[in-house]
Amino acid sequence: MDFFDVAVQTLDSTVRLSVPLLLACLAGLYSERSGIFDIGLEGKMLAGAFASAAAASVFHSAWIGLGMGILISVALALVHGFASITHRGNQIVSGVAINFVAAGSTIILGQAWFKQGGRTPALAPGERFEAIVFPGADAVRGVPILGPIYSELLSGHSLLVYIAFLAVPFTWWVLFRTRFGLRLRAVGENPAAVDTAGISVEWLRYRAVICTGILTGIAGAYLAMVQNAGFVKDMTAGKGFIALAALIFAKWKPVNAMFACLLFGFLDAIAIRLQGSPLPVIGRVPVQFMQALPYVLTVVLLAGFIGKAIPPRAGGVPYVKER
Amino acid sequence: MAEAAIELIGINKSFGPVHANRDINLEVARGTIHGIVGENGAGKSTLMSILYGFYQADSGEIKVNGKPASIKTSNDAIAAGIGMVHQHFMLVDNFTVLENVILGAESNALLNSSIAKARSELVRLEREYGLQVNPDALIEELPVGLQQRVEILKALYRGAEILILDEPTGVLTPAEADHLFRILKQLKEQGKTVVLITHKLREIMAITDTVSVMRQGTMVATRETARTTVEELAELMVGRRVLLRVDKGEAKPGAVKLSVKNLVVRDSRGVTMVDDVSFDVRAGEIVGIAGVAGNGQSELLEAISGIRNAVSGSATLDGKPIDLTGAADPGELRERGLAHVPEDRHHVGLVLAFEENENSILGYHDDPRYLKGPLLNIDAILADAKDKIEKYDIRPSNPRLKTANFSGGNQQKIVLAREIEQDPGVLIVGQPTRGVDVGAIEFIHKRLIAMRDAGKAVLLVSVELDEIRSLSDRILVMFAGRIVGERGPEAGEGELGLLMAGVERKEAAE
Repeated sequence: MDFFDVAVQTLDSTVRLSVPLLLACLAGLYSERSGIFDIGLEGKMLAGAFASAAAASVFHSAWIGLGMGILISVALALVHGFASITHRGNQIVSGVAINFVAAGSTIILGQAWFKQGGRTPALAPGERFEAIVFPGADAVRGVPILGPIYSELLSGHSLLVYIAFLAVPFTWWVLFRTRFGLRLRAVGENPAAVDTAGISVEWLRYRAVICTGILTGIAGAYLAMVQNAGFVKDMTAGKGFIALAALIFAKWKPVNAMFACLLFGFLDAIAIRLQGSPLPVIGRVPVQFMQALPYVLTVVLLAGFIGKAIPPRAGGVPYVKER
Repeated sequence: MAEAAIELIGINKSFGPVHANRDINLEVARGTIHGIVGENGAGKSTLMSILYGFYQADSGEIKVNGKPASIKTSNDAIAAGIGMVHQHFMLVDNFTVLENVILGAESNALLNSSIAKARSELVRLEREYGLQVNPDALIEELPVGLQQRVEILKALYRGAEILILDEPTGVLTPAEADHLFRILKQLKEQGKTVVLITHKLREIMAITDTVSVMRQGTMVATRETARTTVEELAELMVGRRVLLRVDKGEAKPGAVKLSVKNLVVRDSRGVTMVDDVSFDVRAGEIVGIAGVAGNGQSELLEAISGIRNAVSGSATLDGKPIDLTGAADPGELRERGLAHVPEDRHHVGLVLAFEENENSILGYHDDPRYLKGPLLNIDAILADAKDKIEKYDIRPSNPRLKTANFSGGNQQKIVLAREIEQDPGVLIVGQPTRGVDVGAIEFIHKRLIAMRDAGKAVLLVSVELDEIRSLSDRILVMFAGRIVGERGPEAGEGELGLLMAGVERKEAAE
């Protein structure tokens, strides 16, 4: 295989691997831009993955699976909202609690319902989102350079992949071109300004966490129904946290978020590709090291390479009317 | 008199055991400027918050233009034509002026048309009221005077006929305040009604038509401004006679206690905030540093008190060098007799979650008087705190009370008592009366004069020009990090104001 094919394949898996990160990262963006820190992206994604896999296998429908994944994820988002918006609780504690609840309950419910050690039954082809093949993808495969890019990189992904990448310009448009976006950004910076302008801070923030729930639900559905064929325990494997890191790395901006997630996805793809194959000069590298690489890089990037990332100013602070 | 724009009838509001507003009746005539004065905690802001829908009254009635109005939210207030300029601006700092103006008043779900509409509306308002401001500027890049203008524009954009301003001049230079007053007069001429909340009596006299005085949650009097005096208003506010002028004798300056030479200080962004500043403070004199907030006074204070390292420059305390560029720390300087009352008592001067007695020894907690072996001597600390409470009339007189529960004036007295009672040779004071009510101001000023008369050197930094003028024996004016002039206490407000605004030195000196 020549270098070009390897590159296209690596980029192709980069796209696939960055999708759950991207969805979770944009999810966090809505919440954090509104001033609600959300460390529970991981838990919501996991619960969404379980719910979608379970529903898809019971009802034999990918769409019902997706819907159920979103529903459960939004429900958890509302729990986070209820604790941190209505009751002004600590947002970190609430988020951590959601992570624990999701990690535990998915295994318990999975075992109780399906008796496969916490897994859901493997999904049949009709119960998953199939790859969408662009017109003429097979025909141009032989064309040098452009052919493989079109047929491998752009075509042949599941619907959710395209949704994830379309969510980037859409989020940008919502944030910077709509009334909702203006208010969302304002409430994360200075909720008192929003309140005195006669807008409900609470309702605005609830809407933001609902957006978060929808996106983490889609992210979970992608993991369980596209990347895998069913739910496996702890299948999110820290992606919610990596997404948070990407969000900071991206300075809470949607387009930056896409590039940050692609970078992390690329590292993942490289790690998988290089597993087991000896590197020049260094020789054979332990699998564990390659697997740890994205996480090590996360730490390095966050520690020193992003410059000053200023979070939304009211982030993490419950809004209380002052006298 | 014109018809009433606002009528408040029998308003009551309690926060737990605190009766913030008690049977308030108020009538504001349309097309007038109506002042509301009162000490901190008198209930002015609560009353206005009720009018603006931030709180709801426990009982009472609000009428706008003669019709009963039910104001439950800020939206209701805006719909009734009431606009408010808050003391702490309700602006989003990293938004543009336009974005701030349309926030909450967008014409539809997409921004484009709202922005276009606001842009043309701003041009009209600018023409009508002289409210110039660049619509595309970011708020955080505007000076406070312009930020306030954006707040006024916000209210007018929403069609406000009645404008409430809460302590609007606290952050302004004298020139900016004058400009604001011109704008308010213009608004009045156009038939708008203005309610001005302040504790500065001079402003009331200068601009209002009618003035109402609040004390401890009740409305004690309403006067026509032309028929009252500052003295009468002060007495109504405090409930007793207040000495507004500071009584002080001739200063008898002695030896140089604190000397600063060529001090340069940069802030955390690396911007030079204090630029080659030199001055002396002698025993038995008060040296006042005047200037608009943000011209380097804060950094100067921090450097001299050892909180922030200076970049270069030298200083001596009682003739012995202190190294402000590194080694000097606040603890060491305190030991050598330099006490510091910081500008920001909430963040630097006190730990609000601590009890009063703990705050009253903070920074001196290593003093053997307060220790029993390695442990704190609680009995001694409490006795010491009680003593200070008595001497400084700190209320409530309970040293075990959490500091956050004291009023601003009493918190300031706690800091002053702590620093002054150590009997320092040099006292550095920043904004001693910020957010402090009239009665406490009088007390604090007397203590500072007493320090001077006891032969101590006092360095006073304040943005209140009146305070600088009435206390100082010499006035240094800071502008853009430099000392641009020195004047005697007899210098006129206009002259100092020009210096503070950075008008050419020779012009001002004429």
